[in-house]
Amino acid sequence: MYDFAYHKPTTIADAVKILSEDPDAKPISGGMTLLPALKHRLNQPTALVDLGGIAELRGVKREGDAVVIGAMTTHYAVATDPLVKQFIPALARMASTVGDTQVRNRGTMGGSLANNDPAADYPAAAIALGATFITSSRRIAADDFFLGMFTTALEPGELLVAISFPIPEKAGYAKLRNPASRYSMAGVFVAKGPAGVRVGVNGAGPCVFRQKEMEAALSANWSASALSGIRQSAEELNSDIHGSAEYRANLVEVMAKRALAGAG
Amino acid sequence: MPQVTVTVNGQTHSVDVEARTLLVELLREKLRLTGTHVGCDTSQCGACVVHMDGESVKSCTLLAVQAEGAQITTIEGLAAADGTLHPMQEAFREYHALQCGFCTPGMVMSAIDLVNKNPEGLTEHQIREGLDGNICRCTGYHNIVKAVSAAAEVMHGRSAELTPAA
Repeated sequence: MYDFAYHKPTTIADAVKILSEDPDAKPISGGMTLLPALKHRLNQPTALVDLGGIAELRGVKREGDAVVIGAMTTHYAVATDPLVKQFIPALARMASTVGDTQVRNRGTMGGSLANNDPAADYPAAAIALGATFITSSRRIAADDFFLGMFTTALEPGELLVAISFPIPEKAGYAKLRNPASRYSMAGVFVAKGPAGVRVGVNGAGPCVFRQKEMEAALSANWSASALSGIRQSAEELNSDIHGSAEYRANLVEVMAKRALAGAG
Repeated sequence: MPQVTVTVNGQTHSVDVEARTLLVELLREKLRLTGTHVGCDTSQCGACVVHMDGESVKSCTLLAVQAEGAQITTIEGLAAADGTLHPMQEAFREYHALQCGFCTPGMVMSAIDLVNKNPEGLTEHQIREGLDGNICRCTGYHNIVKAVSAAAEVMHGRSAELTPAA
């Protein structure tokens, strides 16, 4: 790993200031993706801005009809939080399947969402639940947040502060986990909430996406049988040593049915 | 050069480190606590697991500076001063839960975190899932699961002796 300067601000304003003044500085949350990347010298930031000292980035609260989760809340905290378990149990269960125990103890929801790994879990939940991303300067709808592989709408120097999830009527998630990397080969999050029925797919494509045919079918009839005639196209899906695009397309169909069956 | 102050196994150390120094490098190379192992160095194998403020973490995927002010427990800090082993260590010995022993320090540290977080008890499935972040390349998982199951009963006071839960 190349060396870098290290900052540990205690306020969002201070973190934003450091990041704005140095375009080659990077924020670090749990570091579960960034540190391995730095070890491989895939990245050479001049400075790391550790968000671990900013208390206001952590925690879960209920605001009206939404559950708002601080960006630095760990996967373990999301998985075990009483509010998340009560109001969006599918999200708590999803968090309990991210990586392994040690990743869940350090890795954070905001870090994962800002990284936007195509195979990460949370983006599918954010898009299906119609989440709103609260940053240091604005609010961004989930549909406008994920721009492409490892790319989001966050501007340089803009920090993700919290994610607001409208409480759904029903939601469920299922994925096929790669047994070695523990990332999703394909995962589907189904939700019926204030914004209607939405279906988010991760792992299968270069970026999380909405499966709108499934959304239309489930809007008319919220049951697994509504999905039986729907075929996921393999076009533009990922194809690699772990599985072909056709295999992933089939997985999307299977995972959607499992997600629906488990939706509470 | 940044200075980091950590309390390791009850003893506080202030050490000059480079910002890029990993916690495991601080433990092994500066503090000479070589019980914490480095297997893969890519966050996969779990040989480097230690406790930071009571939670299991992979010390190869944590900067030493990120541990500023933290309480760290390593495998060396588990046994009592008189040498009495922690129930998890004792269970690993009793159930022969190791073959080459390389993964054992991390396995023990992860298992203790798992048991601490599940006071109501653990099924075999939960133990296998809970130790997902630790790899035993001798594939000695069977006895590891038995040891964790037995230690859990002792740690939560349901059993005075190491016997596998029904």
